[in-house]
Amino acid sequence: MNEKTPLLSIQDLSVEFKTRDSVVQVLHGVSLDVFEGETLGIVGESGCGKSMTALGVMRLIPMPPGRYKEGRILLRGEDLLQAADQRIHDIRGNEISMIFQEPMTSLNPVYTVGNQIAETVRLHQGLGKREALDRAVEMLQAVGIPAPERRVHEYPHQLSGGMRQRVMIAMALACNPSVLIADEPTTALDVTVQAQIFDLLGDIQERFNTAIILITHDMGAIAELADRVVVMYAGRRVEEGPVDELLQNPKHPYTKGLIECVPHLVADPPEVRAVLPEIRGVVPPLRDLGKPGCPFAPRCDHVIAACRTEMPGPFPVGPDHQTSCWLYGEGAS
Amino acid sequence: MAENLVSVRDLKVHFPLKRKGMFGERPIVHAVDGVDFDLERGRTFGLVGESGSGKTTTALAVMRLVKVTAGSIRMGNDELATMEGEELRKARSRFQMIFQDPYSSLNPRMRAGAIVREPMDLMGIGEADTRDRRVEELFASVGLRPEQTALFPHQFSGGQRQRIGVARALASRPDLIVCDEPVSALDVAIQAQTLNLLQRLQKEFGLTFLFISHDLGVVQHICDEIAVMYLGQIVEQTDRVTLFKRPLHPYTWALLSAVPSADPAIRETAERIRLTGDPPSPIDLPTGCRFAGRCPFAKEICSDKVPPLRELADGHRISCHLVDEQGNAPHHGQSAA
Amino acid sequence: MSTEATTETFDTEPIVVEHPLVEFVRMFLRNKAGVLGFAMLLFIVLTSIFGPLIYPVDPFEIVGVPVSPPGEDGWLLGTDSLGRDLVAGLIHGSRTTLAVGAAAAACTVIIGLIIGALAGYYGGWVDNVLMRITEFFQVLPNLILAMVLITLFSPTLITIVFSIGIVSWTGIARLTRAEFLSIREREYVMAARSIGAENQRIIWHVILPNALPPLIVTAALNVGVAILFEAGLSFLSLGDPNVMSWGALIGDNREAFFEAWWAVTFPGLAIFATVLSVSLIGDGLNDALNPKLRER
Repeated sequence: MNEKTPLLSIQDLSVEFKTRDSVVQVLHGVSLDVFEGETLGIVGESGCGKSMTALGVMRLIPMPPGRYKEGRILLRGEDLLQAADQRIHDIRGNEISMIFQEPMTSLNPVYTVGNQIAETVRLHQGLGKREALDRAVEMLQAVGIPAPERRVHEYPHQLSGGMRQRVMIAMALACNPSVLIADEPTTALDVTVQAQIFDLLGDIQERFNTAIILITHDMGAIAELADRVVVMYAGRRVEEGPVDELLQNPKHPYTKGLIECVPHLVADPPEVRAVLPEIRGVVPPLRDLGKPGCPFAPRCDHVIAACRTEMPGPFPVGPDHQTSCWLYGEGAS
Repeated sequence: MAENLVSVRDLKVHFPLKRKGMFGERPIVHAVDGVDFDLERGRTFGLVGESGSGKTTTALAVMRLVKVTAGSIRMGNDELATMEGEELRKARSRFQMIFQDPYSSLNPRMRAGAIVREPMDLMGIGEADTRDRRVEELFASVGLRPEQTALFPHQFSGGQRQRIGVARALASRPDLIVCDEPVSALDVAIQAQTLNLLQRLQKEFGLTFLFISHDLGVVQHICDEIAVMYLGQIVEQTDRVTLFKRPLHPYTWALLSAVPSADPAIRETAERIRLTGDPPSPIDLPTGCRFAGRCPFAKEICSDKVPPLRELADGHRISCHLVDEQGNAPHHGQSAA
Repeated sequence: MSTEATTETFDTEPIVVEHPLVEFVRMFLRNKAGVLGFAMLLFIVLTSIFGPLIYPVDPFEIVGVPVSPPGEDGWLLGTDSLGRDLVAGLIHGSRTTLAVGAAAAACTVIIGLIIGALAGYYGGWVDNVLMRITEFFQVLPNLILAMVLITLFSPTLITIVFSIGIVSWTGIARLTRAEFLSIREREYVMAARSIGAENQRIIWHVILPNALPPLIVTAALNVGVAILFEAGLSFLSLGDPNVMSWGALIGDNREAFFEAWWAVTFPGLAIFATVLSVSLIGDGLNDALNPKLRER
């Protein structure tokens, strides 16, 4: 692993939700690190806990019914789970920012975009109205919106989807945060607009040295943007490694399945249409996840006895590459 | 020799908007503006494009779920575009649709079995007492259990709901199934299962698919013939292998290079062209080529004259002034995806 | 990794088939307020059905000294300013209240639903015309219109029910229209069309069942409104003079309020309790029918 200390370190985070009849655990001992200026991708299907992890970092999980069962979230050594409410308010939007999937519903339709960007700087940096608006124009410029002095007075519905997402990014970056969490930022956008947004994020990272946590189900997006990748399944981390290494040598059967089952765009498609490799079965419902053993066992083609009784801890499988699978445990071939 | 199941000629779908003021002109959205293609029996025809391209509206027009402004949709001896009333209802059994959102395409108040049975009841297919048995057969075809016919949609997962939608589409034994982004709302692992299911069913029942998607990877996987749409028109059409190996239209090339790829080989060689800005409005259409405003290779002729949709020697259709008869395109000087 | 196309469902969840009515009752029972309201209403309904059998006193008969306080002279709740038994009055009044409340609400809902459904589904000029009509009725002062109608046609119960119905349907109409506008765009409506359903089937069999939940709740609340309306009309002596009504009791005794507070208070409490019970039921219905609260 890196010798540097991570900027943001999530350690053994477990979160549970209390429902009417039972307690459901949505995150099981999730650990991951984010280093300064790098992009960490978190990939997995819906329900795997990737969005929950992001919300957990920002302490945005609704506290009843949610509960932090255990774990620490260290931002530069400070445990956010122990921090006072006021401190968290100071951090949100300021040191850690988040952008969401649906720009239309994450922007407030009754305020101008300039107003919404200005709000963050006025709140965190105490700027006056005039200066805050200037900063908003600056940010719109930085995210590549043409004619920013005019656009700053427009409302969200007057902008296209791609532009609204840029506005979200501008809002998130207005206070120059150290970490930007992007939760499926381009899923709702056209592919050409998506490409523009990816370029923008890469550009931002270079210019401002912001660490980015990119949450997505799209392996291609990970390949484009991420430096390191974490694969999640059923609220657990199942594999982690540098992006090229993981994509070329995936070890966990789930990671392999995820990569293989997506029809990738190739330059030379086969003449005869092939059948896609599948991962059998479906993601189990949350309430079934309390059982012992590896949660992927029911769907795995390589399951062995140990898989059903105990959850495998992370085992090293390559340079900076680890996976939580008994096939790679001590004594495994 | 493959026969054409459906022939679409000069299809237009225009939506009038509210008049500006009392005496202003009514602005018109030219959602589909003169589209022709043929659907070969037993094969999958893909329509790709981004939002605003008109691909979904084209699909809805073929399904007669939106009003056809002009043009012809021939299925055998029937002119679908002008059919109405009882005649249209009877014809519907021959073309059915799989919808995009499994969470809103099933009536929440109906049981799954009833949903799949409804088309048979409404279109009078088969004998009333054999319909329930057919529902169970259909459930089995899509990989669901017969006991599940009693459940309501909210008791199923997204992938399972999509299967119910597929079963419903098969109920009337149609020749044509229009698939409107059938896997876009599903998780990737379920996407693979569903795509495989569709391929298997196509073989088993000899179905013809009109497949709408914005996901080029999926389109590459499942389609035989593909047309690329931009602002209501087809700009390029050819078979799967050719389109991805040697795309001609600059827009197609931009689309392909914009797709993020997990294949490092592709990423290194892809020279990405960045399309700036947003597509122009389908209301105030520019003169000349509709892509000229964003095309990195645009010349003067492009904004003056509308490029006709020509067919090259090998059957490749292309609508671009800058592509010559031998199939050399402006971007072929650069390294392509 | 399996490379064969598999279509088995590895879905080992047991199949739970619960009849929607059973589910509804279960969800309704969770809301304590709703259950309380239901109990109260049940009591009132039972009173109206069995009351006259158990307590066969004619509410219009002058049975005792006027303005006799509760408990004296053997009359449990006393007599009113005309000497009529208050308990009998309450019992018989409950029949009127419930009958008119339910019938008027039914009238309201039927008119409002049809207008709202047609306006919301067809849009265009149909919507325009129907909405202008709705606005016209919304603007008219309800009570005065009802009074006019009752004066024009004799004040029988049927007239009263219709009068209330005719002036109260606009809220339901607007709500129905809004639901239809929203549901009309859902994919399953398009799907219904694609399998051969026609407009009439789509309106009544596809959209309406899905639009019902908020309508049911509003209908329940409308019963409360109708009850108050009827009480008001009776209070103004515009009710049916042949049936006893709580509003009439209050109206007849309002001048004697200081001498016989019980003659005004008890009917008033009865109205309050009935309207409250209906509102609580409406609240319970809301929770029971709200799809978001459904467990997956």
